[in-house]
Amino acid sequence: MTSLALPMNASTLSHACWWLTKRDLLLVLRHRSDAANPLLFFLMVASIFPLGIGPESGVLRQIAPGIIWIAALLATLLSLEAMFRSDFDDGSLEQLILSPHPLPILVLAKIFAHWLATGLPLILLAPLLGLIFGISGWPLVILLITLLVGTPALSLVGAVGVALTVGLRRGGLLLTLLLLPLYVPILIFSAGAVETAAQGLPADGQLYLLGALLVLAATLAPIATSAALCIRMS
Amino acid sequence: MHYLPFHHRYQHLASPKYFYIWSGRLLPWLASITAILMIVGLYWGLVVAPADYQQGDSYRIIFIHVPSAWMSLFIYVVMASAGAIALIWRVKVAEVIGSASAPLGASFTLLALITGSLWGKPMWGTWWVWDARLTSELILLFLYLGYMALQSAIEDPRQAARAAAILALVGVVDLPIIHYSVEWWNTLHQGPTVTKFDAPSIHWSMLIPLLIMATAFTTYYITLLLLRTRSELLERERNNGWVKQVLSSS
Repeated sequence: MTSLALPMNASTLSHACWWLTKRDLLLVLRHRSDAANPLLFFLMVASIFPLGIGPESGVLRQIAPGIIWIAALLATLLSLEAMFRSDFDDGSLEQLILSPHPLPILVLAKIFAHWLATGLPLILLAPLLGLIFGISGWPLVILLITLLVGTPALSLVGAVGVALTVGLRRGGLLLTLLLLPLYVPILIFSAGAVETAAQGLPADGQLYLLGALLVLAATLAPIATSAALCIRMS
Repeated sequence: MHYLPFHHRYQHLASPKYFYIWSGRLLPWLASITAILMIVGLYWGLVVAPADYQQGDSYRIIFIHVPSAWMSLFIYVVMASAGAIALIWRVKVAEVIGSASAPLGASFTLLALITGSLWGKPMWGTWWVWDARLTSELILLFLYLGYMALQSAIEDPRQAARAAAILALVGVVDLPIIHYSVEWWNTLHQGPTVTKFDAPSIHWSMLIPLLIMATAFTTYYITLLLLRTRSELLERERNNGWVKQVLSSS
């Protein structure tokens, strides 16, 4: 596994980030089931809702944006734990902290890799769910846009939570407790945008707010994540 | 007077020993002020203040409900500020203040939610509505509970305090966002419940007891906070000389 060790020529920041992203994606490719499970979970949670609520298509179409977004949120939560877990276990997290490059940027690269491995496939699956719930056309486009903007924000905010709970027993349940309240605005604006679009109204406002949330998360979350990692590793 | 950085000017208070001694002197005063304010405020609010022309006597729960809602937000801000101080200057007392505040803040939040639903039943005919303020207050309770869960999950108290401090800071950035997101989410569906809550203005005969109660709640919180911080400091510093010294002299 020489390709997974820190290369000696990772001297510039951009090279280190590129290497880190590539390495994390490679790790995902070698443990395909880890990457597939959250996606299966996403599909299953969404498809279990009609069983609980009833098969009436009018009702289902109305609550579909919320269901799809809650399923995406829970699937992300499930996948988050892996972000630092194996790095913590094998000591590469310490190497990351000790590296001469600024930790928030390296963390950002890891979050980006996490999003590529879980957020992006989720977006590719979303049209399938749209089909199940009868969302098509413009609302489906809006749904895809909210997922495209919202899931990176989920990964970014989630990284703070994972960093705080890394190495803790029963960290997964705790992670859910910490993150669900923080995910509320993303959920509200995303599901709201799709719902407004489904009613034939412009959803620009909510999309802009979602974009603002993403920018805020991208600016602050890596700093908080690296601070949390340093505390947990101290 | 020349400029002194924060940790020099308040160095005394940042030291557990001096904080313990100083807070011990302050406590009887704070407790008496709290008792006086509480009695005056409750008597004024529950007996002297006139009944509301619309809501009758049931509005009087405002004297408990509104101060606890204020405290729920105020304590979160205190927690986050103490967290920032703990992270930046590594002040041990600030770490303890953060962890001692969390259960108090959670209690005030719960009190605000319970009194709110008791008030909501006669006014709105239901215990709970997904109103903007109620929902964001509920999420605030979840934030407190998450903070406490994280703190109890990490064994080393100093590490727990610093990790929880980061969570409190993230939460304090998120609080206004949560508030506005919930407000806009709500107005899409049912506007008027929000404005129902915002009484246009409150008569001074109700406002004064309300402010007294708010002050009483604040001093009550500070009193409990000092008590909790003192006992926590004794426990954490039990191997330090000053604890023995202070305990034997009292």
